[in-house]
Amino acid sequence: MPVGSTVRRIRARRRGRRPGVLAGERAFGWLFTLPALVGLMVFLVAPILVTAWLSFRKWNGIVSPFESTPVGLDNYRELLTEPGVRRGDFAKALRNNLYYVLGVVPAQTTLAFVLAVIVNQRFLRGRGFFRTAYYFPSITSSIAVALMFTFLFQVNGLINKLLPGRAVNWLDNANGLIHLGLRAVGVRDAPAWLAEPEVMDLSLWEWLSGPSVTMFAIMTLAVWTTTGTMMLIFLAGLQSINPSVEEAARVDGASAVQRFWRITVPLMKPIIFFVVTLGVIGTWQVFDQIFAISFGGPQKTTLTPAFLIYTQLFQNSQGGIAAAIAVMVLAIIVAFTLVQRRLTREER
Amino acid sequence: MAVNAPTVSPERTGETGAAPAGRARPPVRSRPPARARPGDSPVWRRIRRTVGYLVLVGFALIFIYPFVLSVVTSFKSLPDIAADPVTPWAGPRGWTLDGIRGLQRGSIRIPLWLLNSVVVTVCVVLGRLVLCSLAGYALARMRFFGRTAVFALVVAVLAVPAIVLAIPRFIIMKELGILNTYAGLILPLMFDAFGIFLMKQFFEQLPAELEEAAAIDGASTVQVFWRVMLPIAAPGLIALTILSTQGTWNEFLHPLIAAPGDPDLRTLPVGLALLRGAFGEAQPWNTILAGAMITTVPMAVIFFVFQRYFVQGVAASALKD
Repeated sequence: MPVGSTVRRIRARRRGRRPGVLAGERAFGWLFTLPALVGLMVFLVAPILVTAWLSFRKWNGIVSPFESTPVGLDNYRELLTEPGVRRGDFAKALRNNLYYVLGVVPAQTTLAFVLAVIVNQRFLRGRGFFRTAYYFPSITSSIAVALMFTFLFQVNGLINKLLPGRAVNWLDNANGLIHLGLRAVGVRDAPAWLAEPEVMDLSLWEWLSGPSVTMFAIMTLAVWTTTGTMMLIFLAGLQSINPSVEEAARVDGASAVQRFWRITVPLMKPIIFFVVTLGVIGTWQVFDQIFAISFGGPQKTTLTPAFLIYTQLFQNSQGGIAAAIAVMVLAIIVAFTLVQRRLTREER
Repeated sequence: MAVNAPTVSPERTGETGAAPAGRARPPVRSRPPARARPGDSPVWRRIRRTVGYLVLVGFALIFIYPFVLSVVTSFKSLPDIAADPVTPWAGPRGWTLDGIRGLQRGSIRIPLWLLNSVVVTVCVVLGRLVLCSLAGYALARMRFFGRTAVFALVVAVLAVPAIVLAIPRFIIMKELGILNTYAGLILPLMFDAFGIFLMKQFFEQLPAELEEAAAIDGASTVQVFWRVMLPIAAPGLIALTILSTQGTWNEFLHPLIAAPGDPDLRTLPVGLALLRGAFGEAQPWNTILAGAMITTVPMAVIFFVFQRYFVQGVAASALKD
């Protein structure tokens, strides 16, 4: 086929193609899409439906799932309303992950935003280098990074050498940060009004523990790995802001601080929302680092719903329970995404 | 993001600003006094610049030093590491290849796992290139019944977290009889909603005239796709290759559940994650970190060569909203 002449001829033509130019478009449309579509159905769509179905059944994960028995809402009941170890574990997982999200998302968003603003300054040289350096951890294997951090957080490791004071046992330390803070001001034991009432087998005092020291180490790892990606997204956004807007503000006498808060931040709001959503979605699925570093311990303080799904299915042979947790994780993530959509739309 | 701004001739910041003559201070970066604001005076500007660099260099160290330390530690002896795990230089016992030798010892089989990672990554990426470019092209350029529905499905699937899919994927692989096989490691990862999305976006940006001209010249639909569109879509294909390579190489959850019963089918991340448990208390950090670095280095090379495609990929993921 004479591609050369074809390419030459196109110059004169108008943009926008009439439908029906390609021979047999309707048939080929399906033909081209079908392989991908079948795969998506088998490995992505069907799994979601199977998960929902399994969450109402009892299945040991070994026999064929078609031999599982229907149990109605039992799995959800065991996780949410019936007292017991299972509900207690799920409560701990929710608590741990909640602190993880509350710590990691604001930290990585703020840090990424500040770094993007600084890297974006026109008067700085070597921007390419810094952008590369910051993004680099984001492209490496989560497991490789987890092993590196385990090395750094050892009792005689780099982190303890850099920090003043007594060496901290980072990787096997179940003390909650809030509990430690309270201990520092003299509150050693739970007051009765916190120790007594329980929500899902976990006393209020336990709910308010904060992330454990080990979880905190994993949180710093998460911030360290993801900040680079978030920074790149912010940079793309910052570069789409018309420089004349800032110039105008500068001429009108706005200080650098004013320009930051009154121009940059408002213009970046949709992107900030986007980055926060990405962060929330990612942090509710934390699994790799937990698996490689702490395996849910010490004392279940790094248990997360995602990790529970894995252990319930592969260690406890509780496929139904695992599926019910998966459905709830999905619900949490979808809820956050919808809220973000709503907020973004209102902004526009 | 359109903001109405009065058109001003943009005054370049700093650097080239002409200085009023006869000042004692270095003349660079001073501005006409009428415009000087507390945040913009030369002194402030210099402070801001210095602080800016300090912050940037500090963070560069935080992000890069762990890698440097890990590479160096891979070549240190265990007693040296135990005595000083902080300094990025050999201790009294000097450099050693003990760590590297440990990569193939007993149940640790890093060379085999490396090979598995390469095989899986190459197959997945090739599969994605075919499937995603075909589907992306059809979704971008063909009008056919159900097209909108198919695209809606692709977008919906994008949002579903991998961990939610883990259980049923395990079941489906079991039912298909591909658990603990290469097919199980590869097939499910080949179908990638983000790749389809990326290629659709990419094909939409290409000029339509090319196809029209080719079709009028008598090219069949397959020829139009294969000879005309695919060659000019090369940048998109490269971006897809890079992102898929990185994603598949680093993938942990899928190979973990796809080959639970066969240590010979572990990929590098899975092998590494299970490595630490194999040693008990005394951790041979030189070997562990050497394994981590073997996982990291190929991605580092690809990253430095194809940096801008990574950036494009991130930008594309931001666009999808």
